[in-house]
Amino acid sequence: MSRLEVLKTYKIYIGGKFPRTESGRFYTPKVGGKSLGNICLSSRKDFKNAVVAARSAFSKWSSATAYNRSQVLYRIAEILEGRKAQFVEELTQQGSSKSQANKEVETSIDRIIYYAGWCDKYTQLFSAVNPVATSHFNFTAPEPTGVVSVFAPEENSLIGLVSTIAPVIASGNTCVVLASEKLPLCAITFAEVINASDVPGGVINILTGKRSELLEHMASHMDVNAFLYTGNDKKEMLSIQELAVENLKRVRLKDFSNVYSLDHETPYYIEDFLEMKTTWHPIEKIGAAGSGY
Amino acid sequence: MSKTKQKIDLSSFPTVDQVGIGDRIERITKRSIKKETKVQGLKMALNMVDLTTLEGADTDKKVIQLCNKAQHLHDTYPDLPTVAAVCVYPNFVKTAKTNLQGSGINVASVATAFPSGQSSLKIKLLDTKIAVDAGAEEVDMVISRGKFHEGDYNFVYDEIAAIKEACGNSRLKVILETGELGTFDKVRKASDIAIAAGADFIKTSTGKISPAATLPVTLVMLEAIKDYYYKTGIQVGMKPAGGISNSKLALQYLLLVKETLGKDWLTNKWFRFGASSLANDLLMQIVKQDTGIYQSKDYFSKD
Repeated sequence: MSRLEVLKTYKIYIGGKFPRTESGRFYTPKVGGKSLGNICLSSRKDFKNAVVAARSAFSKWSSATAYNRSQVLYRIAEILEGRKAQFVEELTQQGSSKSQANKEVETSIDRIIYYAGWCDKYTQLFSAVNPVATSHFNFTAPEPTGVVSVFAPEENSLIGLVSTIAPVIASGNTCVVLASEKLPLCAITFAEVINASDVPGGVINILTGKRSELLEHMASHMDVNAFLYTGNDKKEMLSIQELAVENLKRVRLKDFSNVYSLDHETPYYIEDFLEMKTTWHPIEKIGAAGSGY
Repeated sequence: MSKTKQKIDLSSFPTVDQVGIGDRIERITKRSIKKETKVQGLKMALNMVDLTTLEGADTDKKVIQLCNKAQHLHDTYPDLPTVAAVCVYPNFVKTAKTNLQGSGINVASVATAFPSGQSSLKIKLLDTKIAVDAGAEEVDMVISRGKFHEGDYNFVYDEIAAIKEACGNSRLKVILETGELGTFDKVRKASDIAIAAGADFIKTSTGKISPAATLPVTLVMLEAIKDYYYKTGIQVGMKPAGGISNSKLALQYLLLVKETLGKDWLTNKWFRFGASSLANDLLMQIVKQDTGIYQSKDYFSKD
């Protein structure tokens, strides 16, 4: 007797759990006329719930030691390596060739390792001791911005997702990501990887659905501090920038069409979502010690 | 109908159908309220909030800050209702009273060795007197849960009656501390005793014990109020307190009250929320309904 295969229900990922969309809706993306499955069509309420989860995860994640965050990112890469075959299969289902799929998964793993390495190093790079003309010790240190809305790239669903998420969370931000609309499979499977790799619930939240429906809320939500947009739709970009004004969100518009390029491995992607805090600390004259700032 | 208290038979108490209660609540929580109805509900809930600070670390300044918050919930929206009362410890009643003058907001004070209630009647009466003399319009007392569990219902009854007398014209809310009672039957029993002894309000919890207010336990208490009303025609108020921090839940409480007791109870004279963070969530929802934009705590005053 032949065995009936058990198919996976692709659900969304909010606060470390896999709920269905509260709206009960779904859509069916197709590749080459073949259906990828029924995928959750997330509503604004799903997004709202995800922001609540991201906000409550922020204080703990941002105050974790850099060393610990680095380890957690490294752990994501480890787990992803172990589940390589599954991702290759899904990418093939989404229309990639076997060798393309292999390359995409391997680059994704390496890219996570790359950003894992930066967790405890970007602070040295972006902080400064500033010369001032008064008797103050004046220094600038970066802090994470808060909750970040992310539109993951439409093409290259896995490497695109990884390349946008890793630099955002490396510094202690939390995020709500809208996965590729056309190619959503890897995003949800990647959520399973995150779930299994010590990333606290709520740090990364992944929704599936339509940009056109969620853009307004992801850009206007007052409890979101920044927006990472990938793509090149002029209308979307303008709309995000306008809506972001209300609470002065940090908006970054990026072109990820050449996602394999090493240009996308840079600490400046971490800096995109950092806030620089400058402190003036009064000092006595330290003439006798021969030192002085 | 006459407003004099009638004798209630306390020798037997009705038992509570736990499955039925659960079932009823499940149906309530599945419903959703939208648009104008929602806005109206949110404003109504806001008007029923007892803004509360009951911390060991409370100071005069903290109470003043809370009084300010009560009067200026969100000044961008001038037409908002105010909260019903500010709830503090007896030694802050005077401060609250001074700072709420002319606002129409009541001052409520906990008394009777809150939150444990482990003290002599003498102390409890004095505690109540201090609060009332300082000008508290409402007194929140706790019942003696220990005596209740021992089966000394007369003691519990007499104590409530004595405090009620000490309250004079101030309204008395009786806290059952349902989290320490254990079963719905006991909650029902305690509700009946409190109501018969003269409570103007029955209240679920101190907020110091978990679980605090829940929908099921509130329904049990509402049923007690309903039965008493049918028997005597006397209205008794209800105040769930503790753990109600979001608007959705608040609206579900309103639904429950409306459908158990009717719209006569949908005013802050007969229904209250004891909460500190609920007010901000209600405000955020009201602004969301108006602007269409989800709000952040960062833009609302903390207390």
